[in-house]
Amino acid sequence: MLRLSRATKAFLLVVVAIVLVFMYAPLFILILNSFNESQISGWPIESFSTKWWIFAKDYQPIRAALLNSVLVATGAMIIASILGTLVAFALKGFEFFGRATVNLLVVLPIALPGVVTGVAFSNTYSNFLSPAGFNIGYFGMIVAHATFCIVMVFNNVFARLKRMNPHLQEASADLGAGLWQTFRLVTFPQFRTAFVAGALLAFALSFDEVVVTIFTAPPGVDTLPLWILKEMARPNQASVVNVVATVVILLSLIPVYISQRLTQERQ
Amino acid sequence: MALIEIRGLVKAFGPVKAVDGINLDIESGEFITLLGPSGSGKTTVLRMVAGFEDPDAGQITLDGKDITHLAPFDRNVNTVFQDYALFPHMSVQENVEYGLRTRKVPKAQRAKQALEAIESVKLSHTADRLPHQLSGGQRQRIALARALVLRPQVLLLDEPLGALDRQLREEMQVELKRIQRDAGITFIFVTHDQDEAMRMSDRIVVFNHGRIEQVGTPQDVYERPATRFVAGFLGVSNLLEIPSAQSDTSKDATISIRPERIRLAPSSYQQRSGEVALGGRISEVAYLGSNTVFVVETDTGSRISVTTLNQELPTQGEGFGTGDRVLAVWQESQAAQISG
Repeated sequence: MLRLSRATKAFLLVVVAIVLVFMYAPLFILILNSFNESQISGWPIESFSTKWWIFAKDYQPIRAALLNSVLVATGAMIIASILGTLVAFALKGFEFFGRATVNLLVVLPIALPGVVTGVAFSNTYSNFLSPAGFNIGYFGMIVAHATFCIVMVFNNVFARLKRMNPHLQEASADLGAGLWQTFRLVTFPQFRTAFVAGALLAFALSFDEVVVTIFTAPPGVDTLPLWILKEMARPNQASVVNVVATVVILLSLIPVYISQRLTQERQ
Repeated sequence: MALIEIRGLVKAFGPVKAVDGINLDIESGEFITLLGPSGSGKTTVLRMVAGFEDPDAGQITLDGKDITHLAPFDRNVNTVFQDYALFPHMSVQENVEYGLRTRKVPKAQRAKQALEAIESVKLSHTADRLPHQLSGGQRQRIALARALVLRPQVLLLDEPLGALDRQLREEMQVELKRIQRDAGITFIFVTHDQDEAMRMSDRIVVFNHGRIEQVGTPQDVYERPATRFVAGFLGVSNLLEIPSAQSDTSKDATISIRPERIRLAPSSYQQRSGEVALGGRISEVAYLGSNTVFVVETDTGSRISVTTLNQELPTQGEGFGTGDRVLAVWQESQAAQISG
């Protein structure tokens, strides 16, 4: 192994520390401020209280936004889990013309700017579906989220399937299992953790999404990130916003953490 | 009627013909080995009998029934894979029970049968373990138990001993042969190891380039190799061209003579009737403990390998050495005529 000098090691550690401070200090300040008694955020915090947490708990717009966020993220996660897994099986299972291209096309939406995805879906809904008499409404927002969530499930499941011993499925068939039995008893248990990890990441990704939501949310419907964005325009609501932002941080970190644990366990 | 009849079997992968028109009859209760170098088509034939590959042409019948295009789960044959393919998320017992489970055997009965099968390979203490907690040899036995618990008509084994070290391998060779005799099941065994094939098989099928070179008992293929390939693949052989004047046919013929069937004699030696003697000079001597290998450059320009068994302690200054003029002598009846 490459041996690093003492000075190099120290230098690298300092860099890591600086990076971490830049990444997490703002989040830390935000979380602290959610316990700020004052209506506007400020530093130093003069007195702490859970006042804004109690206020947020019963505040109707926030509860509605939270429900929307959970519904949309759950819907996007379910669609992405099913479709992402099926695409992974198609790309792993057999050769077909343009397989590599399809692989790229499935992964691409994650790299597209949210603005582009948002505008594209918004245009499709209002210029094609609405004139055709089909009002997609709330479900349209879920579908738009699902497009970039599919990648999470697809990537995880596809990577696991590629590492799976192909003889396992043959052995199962050899021992008398039909196709569905083999899937249920042998194949699925092999990629179950990858599947759950991918689904949780999909949930977190959808839960955080702002830009695509702006373009596809029906009028009057807010998700938590959307609500935050609107409230920020009114600075005297800052402390409630901090509470909601803290909730968003927690609700996205937990699935990511669990998903990481799941993937590591297997390796 | 043979238990398995293979007729005109063909399988191509893209432009490569992996199996190129094979006919083979396999008798019930037989231990038959498909032997050949890698890429010779032996594994593909096994996979077509198992149902993992669909033949492009030809027919396979089992017990008179056409199974050529049946799915693996619809034929009464089971496979032991080279990498064992034990289900990693199931315990040893669950693995062995798997085939009984798909056949809807009641839970209590399948547990009983599975435990018996695990006991028959002497691994009862591992029933609750996961495959990754077993050694290679133990996994091998469990894979065997998992297939045998179903009492298949035919057991297919795809290089099942390839991953084991030498000592374990030899133990398992004896063990496999015993299990096959006791259970009376037909074994089709794939290997590239000629010693393994010789040791275990009732008959050996020698494969090369997707075709069968020869089928016969271990003695047949060793003593009477039909082709140059067989002579060279099973053990060491000296291939000598015999001019047409001396052979039975009008064409030039090739004979195969094994190194251990030749002895060295001083050039003054008087040839007896029925013997062939070729004069030459020893160019190499390799002492290998139990035997010594000499290479003789004959006056006719061939190189002959001669093996002598060292039955006694060699005495200093005796015997043949590099550069000596000698006669390589063998009984004419010991040589085999090669056709191809």
